[in-house]
Amino acid sequence: MGRFIYLDYNATTSTDERVVEAMKLYFNKLYGNPSSIYKFAQEAREAVEAARSKLAKILNAKPEEIVFTSGGTEADNFAIKGIAYANKEKGNHIITSKIEHHAVLNTCKWLEKQGFQVTYIGVNKYGIVDLDELRNAITDKTILITIMHANNEIGTIEPIEEIGKILQEINKQRITNNKPRIYFHTDAVQTVGKIPIDVNELGVDLLSLSGHKFYGPKGVGALFIRKRTKINSLLHGGHHERNRRAGTENVPGIVGLGKTCEIAMEEQEKEEKKPKALRDRLEKAIVEKIDDVIINGHPEKRLAGTLNICVKYVEGESMLLNLDLEGIAASSGSACTSGTLEPSHVLLALGIPPEVAHGSLRFSLGRNNTEEDIDHVIEVLPPIVKKLRAMSPFRKGREGGLRWDTQKR
Amino acid sequence: MGYSEKVMEHFMHPRNVGRIENADGVGRAGNPICGDIMAIYIKVKDDVITDIKFETFGCGAAIATSSMVTELVKGKTIEEALKITNRTVANALDGLPPIKMHCSLLAEDGVKAAIGDYKKKQELKNKVKL
Repeated sequence: MGRFIYLDYNATTSTDERVVEAMKLYFNKLYGNPSSIYKFAQEAREAVEAARSKLAKILNAKPEEIVFTSGGTEADNFAIKGIAYANKEKGNHIITSKIEHHAVLNTCKWLEKQGFQVTYIGVNKYGIVDLDELRNAITDKTILITIMHANNEIGTIEPIEEIGKILQEINKQRITNNKPRIYFHTDAVQTVGKIPIDVNELGVDLLSLSGHKFYGPKGVGALFIRKRTKINSLLHGGHHERNRRAGTENVPGIVGLGKTCEIAMEEQEKEEKKPKALRDRLEKAIVEKIDDVIINGHPEKRLAGTLNICVKYVEGESMLLNLDLEGIAASSGSACTSGTLEPSHVLLALGIPPEVAHGSLRFSLGRNNTEEDIDHVIEVLPPIVKKLRAMSPFRKGREGGLRWDTQKR
Repeated sequence: MGYSEKVMEHFMHPRNVGRIENADGVGRAGNPICGDIMAIYIKVKDDVITDIKFETFGCGAAIATSSMVTELVKGKTIEEALKITNRTVANALDGLPPIKMHCSLLAEDGVKAAIGDYKKKQELKNKVKL
C-alpha cells in the first residue's frame, strides 16, 4: 500500500508500543491465574490490582469501584441491565438520549421488551441533550438515567456535570421522602484519556470505558461502580472482581489498560492539543473549498479530534470508497456503511433531513496525524465531491433539504 | 466493503453519466430515506433504446449498478430491456455483497420507470394524432 492516512481514531486506535511492551510479560511469562494461591499466580494478581489502581486514579475513583470488562459494550450492558434488574422492585423507568451508542440504545430497547419503560430524550441542533426534557421525564418510577459523555459520531460533549447536580438535588429529596434513588450512568468510551475525568465532579454512579479508544488494547474495558450501588451481575460464575464479573481475568489486557491510563494521565494535554489544531485546519479548509457542507456537532463543546460533516447531494459511502482509493480511512453515518437502510440516528436526532444525513463523513484525528495528512485530504476531497455531485440527481432544496432535479438546469 | 473488481471499475469510471435533454422517457427509482436515488433518461427510435443516461445518488453499489444497467440496455429493444432483472445486473458485475442486492433493484426499477414514462408519452402522442 502506498500512502495511508488514518482518520478514524473514534473507531479504534493503534495500541501504544509502551502498552504492548507492558502486556508481553503476561502472555507467556507471568501467565498465572490471579485466582490461584501460589506465589507465581500472585504476581498476576498484583499486576491486575496495580492496573485497577491506575484506572481509579484517572477517574478519581477508588480501586474497589473498578470492575474490568471485555470492553465498552459489556460495561454499558452491565451498567444498564445490572441497575435495571437490581432495582426493578423500586421502579421500571429508564431515561436515556436519542443519540447514545448502540451499546446503550439496543440494551434499552431490549429492556423495553422485558417490561421496562424507556424515555429517549431529544437533543438540540448541536447534539446537546435537552435538560428540561430530561427533568420533565423523571417519574417516581425512574431508577436510572444513562447519558453518554461525548458522542462518537459528532463529538459533542454532554453536560454530565449539570445532570449530576440535578440528580443530586432530586436524590436528596427522594431519600428524605423514603423513595428510591435514581442512579446515573455515563458511557465515557469516547472521553476517557481524551479529556480530564473526575467521577465525583461529574456526579455519576457508573461510568463505562474502553481501552482501544485511547491507544490501549482491544477486548478490555471497565465499569466504574460507585460504592453502595445496587447492581446485579451480568456474568455469573466464579468469585472474580468481587463477585461482580465472573470469568478469569484478561491479565495482559488489564495490564495494558492500566498502562494506557497511566500514559494518558501524563500525556492527555498533549494528546488533545495536536488533533484540535489539525481538526480546525481541516474544518476551515473544507468549508472554504466545498459549498453546501454542514458541520455537525457543537462548535466548542466537542472532542478535539472529531469532525463530522454532511456534504449535500452526495452519499457517504461513495465518498469513503473514493477516499479509500486515495489511502484515506474515514467513516460515515450513511446507511450503506452501517448495514441498515436508515442513516445515522444521531444525525437524524439533530434534525438533519435523511437525504442530507446520508452524505455524512466523519474524520476523527489522533496522535499520529500530521499537517501533510490533512493537506492531502484537503487536496483530494473537493474533486471527489465534484465528481459525485456531477452524477447526482439532487439539487438545492428548501429548508436545508434536497430536491429532485430531473428537469433542465 | 467486499466489492468485486468490476463493481469498483464501474464505480470509479461509470458509463453513460448525465441527462438527456428532450428524453423520450425519464424514470426515477429509490427512496431518499434509504439513501439510494436514481434517474434514468432514454432516447427511443423504432422501439430501440438508442441512448441512455443516468444520475445516481447512492453508495458504490448503487452507482456501479446504474452504470452497468445502462450498458446492458443500450441498443436493446423495449421488449428486451424489460427482461433485464436485478439479477442480470448483479451477475454482470460479478455479484454484489448480500446487503447491497437491493441496490440492483434500483437499476431494474429505474429502467422500467423510464420505459413506462416513454410508453405513457407515446399513448398521449397517439391520442393527439387521433
